[in-house]
Amino acid sequence: MTRDAVFDLEAKSLLKRFGAHTAVDTLSFGVKRGSFFSILGPSGCGKTTLLRMIAGFIQPDGGDIEIGGRSMRGVAPNRRPVNMVFQQLALFPMMSVGENVAYGLARRGVGRAEREAKAQAMLERVGLPGAAGKRTDELSGGQRQRVAIARSLVLEPTLLLLDEPLGALDLKLRERMKIELKQLQAAFGTTFVYITHDQSEALVLSDQVAVMNAGRFEQVGSPQELYYAPATPFVAGFVGANNRIEGRVSALHGALADVTTPEGWVVRAQIQTGSDGRRPGVGDAATAFVRPEVALLGRTVADLGLPATAPGDSAARGDAAPMHEGVVESLLFDGANSAVLLRETRSRAEFRVALPQTGRYADLKVDERVLFTFAPERAVCFVTGGGAPVGGATGSGHG
Amino acid sequence: MAEPGGKTTQRLLLGLLLAPALVWLIGIILLPHLDLALLSFRERSGPGEFRWSLAQYRTFFAEPLYWDVFVRTAVISVIATALTLLIAFPIAWTIAKLTRGRLSALLFAVCLIPFWVSETVRTLGWMILLRETGVLPAVLVSLGITDAPIEMLYRDATILVGLVYTSLLFMVVPLYSSLESLDDSLIEAAYDLGGDGWTVLRTVVIPHAAPGITAGCIVVFMLTLGNYLTASLLGGKNSLWFTEQIYTQFITRFNWEQGAAFGFLLLALSSLMVWLGLRLSGQKFADVMSRT
Repeated sequence: MTRDAVFDLEAKSLLKRFGAHTAVDTLSFGVKRGSFFSILGPSGCGKTTLLRMIAGFIQPDGGDIEIGGRSMRGVAPNRRPVNMVFQQLALFPMMSVGENVAYGLARRGVGRAEREAKAQAMLERVGLPGAAGKRTDELSGGQRQRVAIARSLVLEPTLLLLDEPLGALDLKLRERMKIELKQLQAAFGTTFVYITHDQSEALVLSDQVAVMNAGRFEQVGSPQELYYAPATPFVAGFVGANNRIEGRVSALHGALADVTTPEGWVVRAQIQTGSDGRRPGVGDAATAFVRPEVALLGRTVADLGLPATAPGDSAARGDAAPMHEGVVESLLFDGANSAVLLRETRSRAEFRVALPQTGRYADLKVDERVLFTFAPERAVCFVTGGGAPVGGATGSGHG
Repeated sequence: MAEPGGKTTQRLLLGLLLAPALVWLIGIILLPHLDLALLSFRERSGPGEFRWSLAQYRTFFAEPLYWDVFVRTAVISVIATALTLLIAFPIAWTIAKLTRGRLSALLFAVCLIPFWVSETVRTLGWMILLRETGVLPAVLVSLGITDAPIEMLYRDATILVGLVYTSLLFMVVPLYSSLESLDDSLIEAAYDLGGDGWTVLRTVVIPHAAPGITAGCIVVFMLTLGNYLTASLLGGKNSLWFTEQIYTQFITRFNWEQGAAFGFLLLALSSLMVWLGLRLSGQKFADVMSRT
């Protein structure tokens, strides 16, 4: 079981600049052997640069990459124990499926009979028996994907890099390939490093996810940690849907803080320490995040299961969750992901609440007045912008 | 009733659109060739009298000079085509893959600039450079490489240089377009899977560019084989180029029958070489032509 502690990939103070722009900013991290590690970030966050540095197509300006415990400094891409599944898959159209899979083996000098047998066996393992003789354009999108993975895995790399390979597929197929990828990774036990801008892909597939922004990792953790305990406002805003409420801290209640918007709407949330180590104190500009599915919707106070008090009057009810009031702005029907977009009465701020699966509030009408509440422990708040002044918080004195 | 009428109109329109091409094809290419074909199978039997015969073709095979010139022209053309390919490939690669935007356009312009002046002027330029009293022999003397100015004209190597120079653009363009369409990630994938520069070139780049390479080679080979000016100016009177033989028959000897037969032999030769080239590279004519 000591294998678990071994890093297949370790980056040490990795740095890459393009002119004045720092694409990868002194990044250090480790990826455990056999794990599925995702790097999640918006386009332009540096994730592709990072992946290409691991593959060896870009030379870092500083720091080092160790793969399987071996420094990759000065090692060419064709000499690294790493293979890559490209965004557009990059199957060789001038070769058959079997030749594609056998390509890497041929480069290693494996004899024709042996590499053909190995390619056949690998194609069977990825569920494509008998595809060896086909042309690559005879395959469906999902099958091409599997060939691209087979072509890399047949070389038994220490590390498989995947560059948003699901991006080009349509939604239905993407959902299926997500499951397939996870199963393939489990079956082969190869360490996968996967980059994507799609948070759902990262959450579903990964053991560990690194959320990347502006060349740095905002947070590295399990999908659950990222979702329920985001370490930075960026992670809270980027991973999953979240309602964002900006204001100033008006009161502290142990681990909870009341964030009051300029209009006087009070939102109570769990205090989170930002990546800069700051915790919001009374008077600080703060941002609260509340997930749509954390909030509970009701037409009456009784619906919410709360003691009967006026909306927003949190002080009078002691420990009970604060109650809020809003007007239905629009209904967002999306099957199991249906939600309702409210406008909070006092602040006129938009607030999204997930609709219960029971179909109980399917009859909501636009402009209808509703109440909502959420457990403050399941919402989070941070110091706004890590000390930088933020426009939304400037008018708080008028509240 | 409306439909057949519409169809007739459509057909008429198609015919009108095709008319210029057909006039060109039939009037300027097909008819003269037919006339030449008839001419090549005639023999003068007396003043103003002709009869059908294979004499013109027999002369070609009976006279070693013609045959030698014919083979020599073919061989030099093949060498020139191969050299052009070797030189044009790195140029096309640089323009298609290593440079972007303005620099890429500039490099293309550099390849194109020689074609702004007429072929005669270009070839005369080479003569000024290479003749005994020309620039290059003088430079060689002043550098101490040769004792006396040497005559660089009228050599096979000189003909080759001229032919390659004239043909370069016609190779660069199809190569460029076929290399441009090669997805960079294919090259990276080949490296990633353990390929080195040579194997990536052999297994990915060349197979992808094959139609472009074949198209370029066909065009350059035909241009070289049918080239008259470069061969006769740089090679001199004794350059022994087959088009010169044709010219001589038509213009100097006024033996149109013989000239026509030579012309058809040259046509057969180039067709044969193109067919062979396609056969050897496993390409289809239609694929290749769509790349040119």
